[in-house]
Amino acid sequence: MVKLDAIQKRLISEIADLHSVPSGAYNFRANSQLAGRNTTANIDIVSKADGSGIEVRIKPGTKNESVHIPVVISETGIKETVYNDFYIGEDADVVIVAGCGIDNCGGQDSEHDGVHRFYVRRGAKVRYVEKHYGSGDGRGKRILNPVTECYMDEDSSMEMEMEQIKGVDSTERTTLAELKSGAKLVVKERLMTHGEQNAVSSYQVNLNGAGATADVVSRSVARDDSSQTFNARITGNAPCSGHTECDSIIMDRGRILAIPSLEANDVDAMLVHEAAIGKIAGDQLIKLMTLGLTEAEAEEQIINGFLR
Amino acid sequence: MLEIKNLSFAVDEADREKEIIHDLSLTVEDGKFIVITGPNGSGKSTLARLIMGIEKPISGQILFDGEDITALDITERAKRGISFAFQQPVRFKGIRVQDLLRLAAGKNLTISAACAYLSEVGLCARDYIDREINPSLSGGELKRIEIATLLARRTRLSVFDEPEAGIDLWSFQNLIRIFEKMRGEIKDSSIVIISHQERILKIADEIVVLADGRISRRGRPDEILPALIGKNAPKSVCEMLQ
Repeated sequence: MVKLDAIQKRLISEIADLHSVPSGAYNFRANSQLAGRNTTANIDIVSKADGSGIEVRIKPGTKNESVHIPVVISETGIKETVYNDFYIGEDADVVIVAGCGIDNCGGQDSEHDGVHRFYVRRGAKVRYVEKHYGSGDGRGKRILNPVTECYMDEDSSMEMEMEQIKGVDSTERTTLAELKSGAKLVVKERLMTHGEQNAVSSYQVNLNGAGATADVVSRSVARDDSSQTFNARITGNAPCSGHTECDSIIMDRGRILAIPSLEANDVDAMLVHEAAIGKIAGDQLIKLMTLGLTEAEAEEQIINGFLR
Repeated sequence: MLEIKNLSFAVDEADREKEIIHDLSLTVEDGKFIVITGPNGSGKSTLARLIMGIEKPISGQILFDGEDITALDITERAKRGISFAFQQPVRFKGIRVQDLLRLAAGKNLTISAACAYLSEVGLCARDYIDREINPSLSGGELKRIEIATLLARRTRLSVFDEPEAGIDLWSFQNLIRIFEKMRGEIKDSSIVIISHQERILKIADEIVVLADGRISRRGRPDEILPALIGKNAPKSVCEMLQ
């Protein structure tokens, strides 16, 4: 049974596209308390003995199952750090949906720092979706500092989609990945900052085995007086291939610092980085205006498409 | 009906004003298919952009269905029923073909309706509907999608700026077929095409020849074409491919 109030339900629908209790395994956390949990024959969720977080254990060979672990904070002044560990058994193929929504109408800061560690065993496939969302008109800030660590065994694959489009005042995201041979990591990050928000996103991907591949792509929009830093490093320690791309639209008085970097420690490491920052192209606006959109509507369509 | 009255346009070049369009007047009546041609630099594309409001004239007036639209911006002109196909179609990141067609139609478009527009321009809808309008599409593909957006808009006046530029021979054959079809279904709307192409010139109700920002001649194709053949404009397909 999941117990959530109206604000919490709204936050859940924003971060996990959930309008009712999901099928499959889940663990709902609301205002630092467990609000509901379900396990399945193949997926077990247990609280850590010290109360610092949960462990999600997925049996080898589990196919087409999902785990939802949303977190919502609707009280002002909550500060928490949660350590969640995921053990994904050999040849499993699962979807994990995480995300945090903060509604802060009060005067104190609310902060959720989620540290997620993934142990992806040989041949397992994981799709990980993480959305962050903030709302509320209080003076208290909404702060999210997620840490994601991925330890990927041979021939495993992980696809990460991370999205933070609205309402988070401050975020510092750190992602570390260690890949053995044949492992494949794809990261798709979508970020939009507005107001006076600040976002930092750092990646360190280590390609340690032959045939390991990584593709880290970030698309971001900085509006108003917000600032962003994207710092992605791919290190090739074996015959491997890696690509990182940061593509940003800058608007108003926004500031963006992009630092893609590559480190090759093997002659057969093939590494590529790309970074581009620019304002919305004038001819794109003109084209959409010739279809009858106002300049503001055209801008919105261009940004929506860009962050898709 | 489009009425252009005493229109002039200039750009600043090396600290002096260079006039591109000089005191130009032109009327495009409803139900007409007009092709504007002329050598490079004669002001054809500038005139098209002035009609859409992308460029602003230094003097003169543009009237559309009797209303003075000279001071209106691009959006307002589009809403009044003018559409424009770019010589170099614009590319986007993330915006898909179906999104652009939906925006052009100005309403929620069913997938089958969007597909119908793509089929009309000779694109296999299934292969394109979800494609992003990004550099992975060829010039010819972009051009045809651009034309499909005008078909989806179905406005009272459609302006095409050199639709043949940058497309291959196969796409060109298809393009002619599309314009012939549009020509047949024109009713009370009107079409203005900037073109060098003999085959497009041939299907015009009227050809307007521009030189140095002025209209040098205008008339029916049988009056204008014989004098143009063999000159800079128009070019035949074979000449284009040489």
